[in-house]
Amino acid sequence: MDIRRASHPVIDPKVRRVGFFDQPEPESPHLPDTPPPDPVSSVIMPPPRLLSERTAAVPVPESRFRRHELDDQVPIGSYNPAQCVFRASPTASITSSSVGIIDGEFSEDCSGAGWFRGSELSFPDGGLDLPAVKPHEVLAENRYDDAVNVNNLRRVTEKKHETVKEVSPDTPSVSQPLKAKTTKAERRALQEAQRAAKAASKANGNSAVAESGKASPAKSKKQSSQKKDGPPVTSSVTIYKKSGNHPLEKERKKDPPPQRMQFDDQNRVEKAKRRALVNQTEARNRVEIFRHLPQYEHGNQLPNLESRLFQLDSMHPAVFKVGLRYIAGDISGVNARCTEMLRALQDAIIDYSTPPEKVLIRDLTAKINSYVSFISECRPLSISMGNAIRFVKSRIAKLPLSYTDTEAKTALCSDIDRFINEKIIIADKVIVGHAITKIRDGDVLLTYGLSCVVEMILLSAHDLGKKFRVVVVDSRPKFESQALLARLIAKGLSCMYTHINAVSYIMHEVTRVFLGASAVMSNGTVLSKIGTACIAMVAHEFRVPVLICCEAFKFHERVLLDSICCNELGDPDAVATVPGRMDINYLDNWTNKENLQLLNLMYDVTPSDYISVIVTDHGMIPPTSVPVIVREYGQEHYIT
Amino acid sequence: MDFQVVVLAGGVSKKLLPLVSKELPNALLPVANRPVLSYVVELLELSNLKDLIVVVEGKDVALNVGAWISGAYADRLHVEVASVPEDVGTAGAIRAIAHHLTAKDILIVSGDLVSDVPVGAVAATHRRHDAVVTALLCNAPISGPLESVSSGGKDKTKKPGRYDLIGLDPTKQFLLHIATEKDLRIQKSILRAVGQIEIRADLMDAHLYAFKRSVLLEVLDQKSAFQSLKHDVLPYLVRSQLKSEVLLNGTPQAEENGTEKVNSQSNQQMISQILANASEPTFHLRHTLGTIGSDSVRRAHKCCVYISGSSKYCARLNSIQAYNDINRDVIGEASHLSGYSFSAHNNIIHPTAELGAKTTVGPHCMLGEGSQMGDKCSVKRSVIGRHCRIGANVKVVNSVVMNHVTIGDFCSIQGSVICSNVQLQERAILKDCQVGAGFVVTSGSEQKGEVLAKK
Repeated sequence: MDIRRASHPVIDPKVRRVGFFDQPEPESPHLPDTPPPDPVSSVIMPPPRLLSERTAAVPVPESRFRRHELDDQVPIGSYNPAQCVFRASPTASITSSSVGIIDGEFSEDCSGAGWFRGSELSFPDGGLDLPAVKPHEVLAENRYDDAVNVNNLRRVTEKKHETVKEVSPDTPSVSQPLKAKTTKAERRALQEAQRAAKAASKANGNSAVAESGKASPAKSKKQSSQKKDGPPVTSSVTIYKKSGNHPLEKERKKDPPPQRMQFDDQNRVEKAKRRALVNQTEARNRVEIFRHLPQYEHGNQLPNLESRLFQLDSMHPAVFKVGLRYIAGDISGVNARCTEMLRALQDAIIDYSTPPEKVLIRDLTAKINSYVSFISECRPLSISMGNAIRFVKSRIAKLPLSYTDTEAKTALCSDIDRFINEKIIIADKVIVGHAITKIRDGDVLLTYGLSCVVEMILLSAHDLGKKFRVVVVDSRPKFESQALLARLIAKGLSCMYTHINAVSYIMHEVTRVFLGASAVMSNGTVLSKIGTACIAMVAHEFRVPVLICCEAFKFHERVLLDSICCNELGDPDAVATVPGRMDINYLDNWTNKENLQLLNLMYDVTPSDYISVIVTDHGMIPPTSVPVIVREYGQEHYIT
Repeated sequence: MDFQVVVLAGGVSKKLLPLVSKELPNALLPVANRPVLSYVVELLELSNLKDLIVVVEGKDVALNVGAWISGAYADRLHVEVASVPEDVGTAGAIRAIAHHLTAKDILIVSGDLVSDVPVGAVAATHRRHDAVVTALLCNAPISGPLESVSSGGKDKTKKPGRYDLIGLDPTKQFLLHIATEKDLRIQKSILRAVGQIEIRADLMDAHLYAFKRSVLLEVLDQKSAFQSLKHDVLPYLVRSQLKSEVLLNGTPQAEENGTEKVNSQSNQQMISQILANASEPTFHLRHTLGTIGSDSVRRAHKCCVYISGSSKYCARLNSIQAYNDINRDVIGEASHLSGYSFSAHNNIIHPTAELGAKTTVGPHCMLGEGSQMGDKCSVKRSVIGRHCRIGANVKVVNSVVMNHVTIGDFCSIQGSVICSNVQLQERAILKDCQVGAGFVVTSGSEQKGEVLAKK
């Protein structure tokens, strides 16, 4: 599966990032302490949509212009020469006898330069279109012509030497000749701009650099999304302007998500244990590669927690109940877990009253934090639950200070109600509406695991009178699908039930695969119940379309490349025993066997290659469009 | 955690008659030289439950109990002592104090429980299932051959009939049937819904219940004939669990009505559907969902059980036999309950106690403050209270001797309970006897299996 992923550079942002950073690299000699490409400006789209993939390399130098201009408002003069020089570039560059021209690259370079100018100009003028600019440009050209020429003359010789010098050390780079091919004037402009950028970065100090660096991963993701579905020039400029006005605010908001607790870090585990409300003993014989995930001995968790019911005074009963139900495994399924948690938080908020000399916003946030940490001790939170919690917290943070307790509480409760309603209930209905159009008479639909959306889709398709068969695939050790199967049969659907071992056999007669998801990452990978990746892969191999049905609140901006770093470990005993077969007892007392480790993994990651479409409440989208949803609608949780 | 605790301490039980009196009610009967009520109170205190309502039958008794509690726990606990008229039964007692109950759930504990089962676990089970009632079940005391030999004839006749028949579902979480006598009539509807019922006779109802307050009060209100929680209310709730008439409030439906939103009914249905599908369906749910076609909506409530592990001790002091057993256990196998630290010889001898020459006090014995023993005595597996004066050559085996008892020389006491201020004259021989407070056993008398009390 790893090989597959690597062979898919268009989707994988990591690969793309390499492309961004590699090509402009030769400039580093000019600016040894160049900050990484500015995330804010990188949002901008190249105006001509027909630009080939290669032009992706251009935004980096361009971004530097942008940023310095943003940061310290360099006078216009510093870049106007660049523009006038660029006007001349199409003719000049041909004649220029600079080092090593690769003719094939030429036209592209020109177009790159042209775009460069266009977007550059459009910013200060507040988004003028290209034709409208022309007269002004010409004027500018005339005005500065002399100066540029003088400068050029002075610099020609050294410039040439410089470029030659540059080429020799890193010959493999392709963009080097690209640079060299430009006219002197262009080079001059570039240099000047870089110098200005350098000055700006110095002036701004290290903090700005660090900040932009921190935010860059998130941004690069955004950029990649922009590439695909970004709006044309004008809108890109407006976006740019918006972000340009509050760059800091945005960056702060886009802080990388806090690192998950790594359970192989002895110190932190010790600390966490001291804080923990739930006494848990860590399991032995843990699988080496998954040591960073929490794993506790199952079996004694529930009685431990139960007997401490009255000691945990700080915990709200409703929250405690949810924790109990999580730890006892009474509820599974992201939607249900999320709903229960939100309901519990709602109850806790209703019963909350601000202690004297405290502010509701602060105190309630702290309370919610303690509840959430308790819940996650009972069972690690899923990613979508993290989204829901973020929503609640942001709602608390946004409460007006003038609100009284009751006002604030009713506002929060109705917000949570709305979240449950809009993000889960209505979303599910919309998904059903979308997905049902993909079911035709005579279809054979395969589903795996227990997804409430998929179930709704199947049932409502059946209600509409569509004739189809369902293949329910199940897996050990939970056999979750049996419940689904029972409900489908009760409704009169014709079903087939099999285990995942038989999926390659059954797949040839399947026409659609409907799967649920626990979370969808912004690189299009789908985090779902373990085995989903296998199903999707087999389906892909058989050319069967794979539809992932997933509410948009499960989308996350994080990028996930493997199933290792973000996962959950189940009870290893569950895989050690075979229900109903007492005679298979080879793994009894497995904890005492030093050289045996059992792994009961809960989730896996399906690469986006295997996914035909993601059905979400915003419509049916390809997995590559997930970042768009995250960008366009993700903030909606926090803003509205 | 929104729980209120009610301790039903009772009054003067007929079953314990020679031992208890108005001055020494059930609750204050000493077990290992500590009132039995203190075991319950400390069990609750261990679970951080410090607000208690102790319900006592009879005003005089209430005064005694109240005095003891305020003396012992004034600084640590907040205890209200409520007195109710005698013979109203447990249900009547709750009725009488109903206006004090405000919390969502009520924990009702019998005052004669000696146990180390975590109370929180019962409450947590109750909460987890959102049950109407949760009962603590423990392993019934094993009536081994040794005890039946030593126990009196009276107890022997009582014993066989005194077990509970308890029906459980296969997951051992829900209570499907409960009856005290040989009543094995099980409702078809329940059997049909569950499919499989496990009937057990080796479990005992420990009289520790968590009730949903709204339901409990509603039932008590409607069924004014109900006298006892165990014999009336609990079986009623268990019987009616699939055709629930109670709990119009307290169910999720009420909560949903409370949040008056624009939510359409279908949305709510969908939510509950999602939640229902996500969890393992209990038979209650299957039963209620199985009636979508029919117009009458079936409602169900859950009656849960918490079965204490075999490592936990759990016993009720509700008979003289039990009194003997508990005393023996508390200084014996369940010694952690007594709260004393045992000596190297596995016994507790108060430093102020005086032992004569060649007197032996065996393991699992307890000798209270200021007691004196003469020469050549022997004490085995017995509890001797405070300020007793015991002469020479006295044998005490498997017995309980309370405070201020005077025992003459050459007495022999076996399997008996001697109450406070009793005087045993020389050469009295008691076997399996109960001697009421202040009684004087004449010298040389030989008694077996008798109840001796002042008329």
